[in-house]
Amino acid sequence: MEEVRLMKGNEAIAHAAVRYGVDGYFGYPITPQSEVLETLEELMPWETTGMVVLQAESEVAAINMVYGGASTGKAVMTSSSSPGVSLMQEGLSYIAAGELPALVVNVMRGGPGLGTIHPSQADYFQATKGGGHGDYHFIVLAPATVQEMADFVGLGFDLAFKYRTPVMMLADGIVGQMMEKVVLPPARPRRTEQEIAEQCPWAVTGRPEWRKPNVLTTLELDSYKMEENNRRYQQTYDLIKRNEVRYKEYHTEDAEYLIVAFGSIARICLKAIEDARERGIKIGLVRPVTLWPFPEEIISELSKKVKGILVVELNAGQMIEDVRMAAKDRVPVYHFGRLGGIVPNPQEVLDAFEDRFLKSK
Amino acid sequence: MKEEIIIAGFGGQGVLSMGKILAYAALTDNLEVTWMPSYGPEQRGGTANVTVILSDKQISSPVLDTFDTAVILNQQSLDKFESKVKPGGTLIYDSYGIHRSPTRTDINVYKVDAMEATFDFKNAKTYNMIVLGALLKIRPVVPLESVMTGLKKVLPARHHHLLDLNRQAITKGMDLVKL
Amino acid sequence: MENNEYIKRPENLVYSKPRLLNDNNMHYCPGCSHGVVHRLVAEVIEEMGVEHKTIGIAPVGCAVFAYSYIDVDWIEAAHGRAPAVATAVRRLNPDRLVFTYQGDGDLAAIGTAETIHAANRGENITIIFINNGIYGMTGGQMAPTTLEGMTTSTTPYGRRVDLNGYPLKITELLAQLPGTCYVTRQSVHTPATVRKTKQAIRKAFENSLAGKGTSVVEVVSTCNSGWKMSPAKANEWMVENMFPAYPPGDLKNEE
Repeated sequence: MEEVRLMKGNEAIAHAAVRYGVDGYFGYPITPQSEVLETLEELMPWETTGMVVLQAESEVAAINMVYGGASTGKAVMTSSSSPGVSLMQEGLSYIAAGELPALVVNVMRGGPGLGTIHPSQADYFQATKGGGHGDYHFIVLAPATVQEMADFVGLGFDLAFKYRTPVMMLADGIVGQMMEKVVLPPARPRRTEQEIAEQCPWAVTGRPEWRKPNVLTTLELDSYKMEENNRRYQQTYDLIKRNEVRYKEYHTEDAEYLIVAFGSIARICLKAIEDARERGIKIGLVRPVTLWPFPEEIISELSKKVKGILVVELNAGQMIEDVRMAAKDRVPVYHFGRLGGIVPNPQEVLDAFEDRFLKSK
Repeated sequence: MKEEIIIAGFGGQGVLSMGKILAYAALTDNLEVTWMPSYGPEQRGGTANVTVILSDKQISSPVLDTFDTAVILNQQSLDKFESKVKPGGTLIYDSYGIHRSPTRTDINVYKVDAMEATFDFKNAKTYNMIVLGALLKIRPVVPLESVMTGLKKVLPARHHHLLDLNRQAITKGMDLVKL
Repeated sequence: MENNEYIKRPENLVYSKPRLLNDNNMHYCPGCSHGVVHRLVAEVIEEMGVEHKTIGIAPVGCAVFAYSYIDVDWIEAAHGRAPAVATAVRRLNPDRLVFTYQGDGDLAAIGTAETIHAANRGENITIIFINNGIYGMTGGQMAPTTLEGMTTSTTPYGRRVDLNGYPLKITELLAQLPGTCYVTRQSVHTPATVRKTKQAIRKAFENSLAGKGTSVVEVVSTCNSGWKMSPAKANEWMVENMFPAYPPGDLKNEE
């Protein structure tokens, strides 16, 4: 029987990382995600699995440690919150350009600037459109439960190594700070040097006599070659788009209206939808689990059946652009959001829905 | 069964850990549970609150606008949450430091003098356990033994000698309530 | 012609390029110190027999292409971040020889935090620091180590401390940190100093492998292009002007 435990989302990430056999975590404290580093320091995994845990001097250093560790074929990760993730954008661009597997967790808080410490989803653009310089994407996973905070560590690394790409877990202060039940993934050993050498022939590990030097660089002064590199990145992104779209549907079979929301906000919407259904208003919910690649097909399909779509997010309207592109003007697509760290309750969501769709204008 | 509870007061009153013990008790009873705190520096001195939902079905939103039960430990929290109790719901408050009493008549209001009771223990830290006892008497959502199991999980091992004192405080809180 | 053929005979061979230094044409300017230090790094790795476990971290600056010339495994870091990259590489691969190769702008301006904190944690890495007091690659702008009064493209009337602050003695700073075990300042403008620098690099690499803490080898260097002098004149200018500010010798040598 698997043990059911009660813990915060941030703590679940730390536990899951040790159990997955992550080689290294490099991070810098910032609310509301410091429990990830704190829990790892408390677990002392260097005594058990040999995992390296290091508090870096800054988020800039942390992401470059991830770049270095990933270059040697190791499974490495970091976590931060919005202002810290802004500091990591340069490093993320390098990691994407270096085609390196890595996991980055953003437990979002209200911005811009130093902002608040309360939940937000205002980094959607930054995460899904490539926040640093250059033409790149990475897979973005949006957990809605503490269980998914734990599960997406493993899923994130599996995808990262499969496609040689960084993966971001885009969470928020709610799912980071709340406690609920979780079953941790089974423990497994870290990969051996032999396994890394077999799985990651590109890894910078020190050159044996039989091979040429492995050089991990993102510099290419020959623009024709750099264009070729870019074409290769785009091919990977196309493959990811074909294979890795993930989403969850709730009450969509008979839905007359659709709400699209991600992360913990989708749960608030689900409660609003359940309340609405008691009054005979048939709303369905699509919760994108991958924000990039975006589940445009299902939204496109459902837009042919419903009368309207409400996009609920903790920002001024970011994911709504992707929803509108998928819905292609077939039905009205409206937005409801709270900003700067304010979380709407289910009633507010319902009020917003009625205001957009049920009141005669 | 579903109980949506808010516990609100000052930081330092043990609001969050009271919610945590309740959540662990629910875990012991195989209930679904969410524990959503107001977090950040406000924990230390400002107002703090925590939403705890216990249910025998999967819980959707951890964030709520109305509650079955509100446990109110200061005036600001009373002002904020009195109107959020569902009609027919429960409001439990400690009159210590509250200068305007609850006015609603469509809910069940209980006054529990938990702060006064801590003087009997000569230990202010028993406060949240006395409040918890009162809550459990009024809303027996989890049995006392599950709470003690929960407490054991929340308390670090070095504080386990305090388990008995905590049990006494919970019992005291139960005794304070005359149903 | 006859003379040339005679010199090329194997029995007359007195020097050869280290095996790890490949045949790619170096992009460095004639007279630049980088070529010499590259050769020393390659020689030391080869002599220690550790190329199978050596990982170099290249900087942004003139030495950005260091990986094109020395045939070991390399990671090219973002500007200034080499010590952070090296930190993770060494911690995750504790039996490897990990070194960074950085210029003054990379190490002492944009990467100051990473440099100081890696050294303060006593990371078991070697930092090779080429200090020529100027940004060479971008065309001769002021560096943190540019001397007072020195002309660069961004200090066309000479560096003024009231405007630009003082030349940063980062190596002295690093020597203060308990995390460093070996901090030395060398140069490569004469055969004797080249030999001393080679010894310093060897010692630093041995420290790193032995896990003794952070080793720093500063090489006071010339940038004849940026300084707008002939290579010979640049060497003289370095001795006269750079050495008073950055005197060669060991700053710290813990056994």
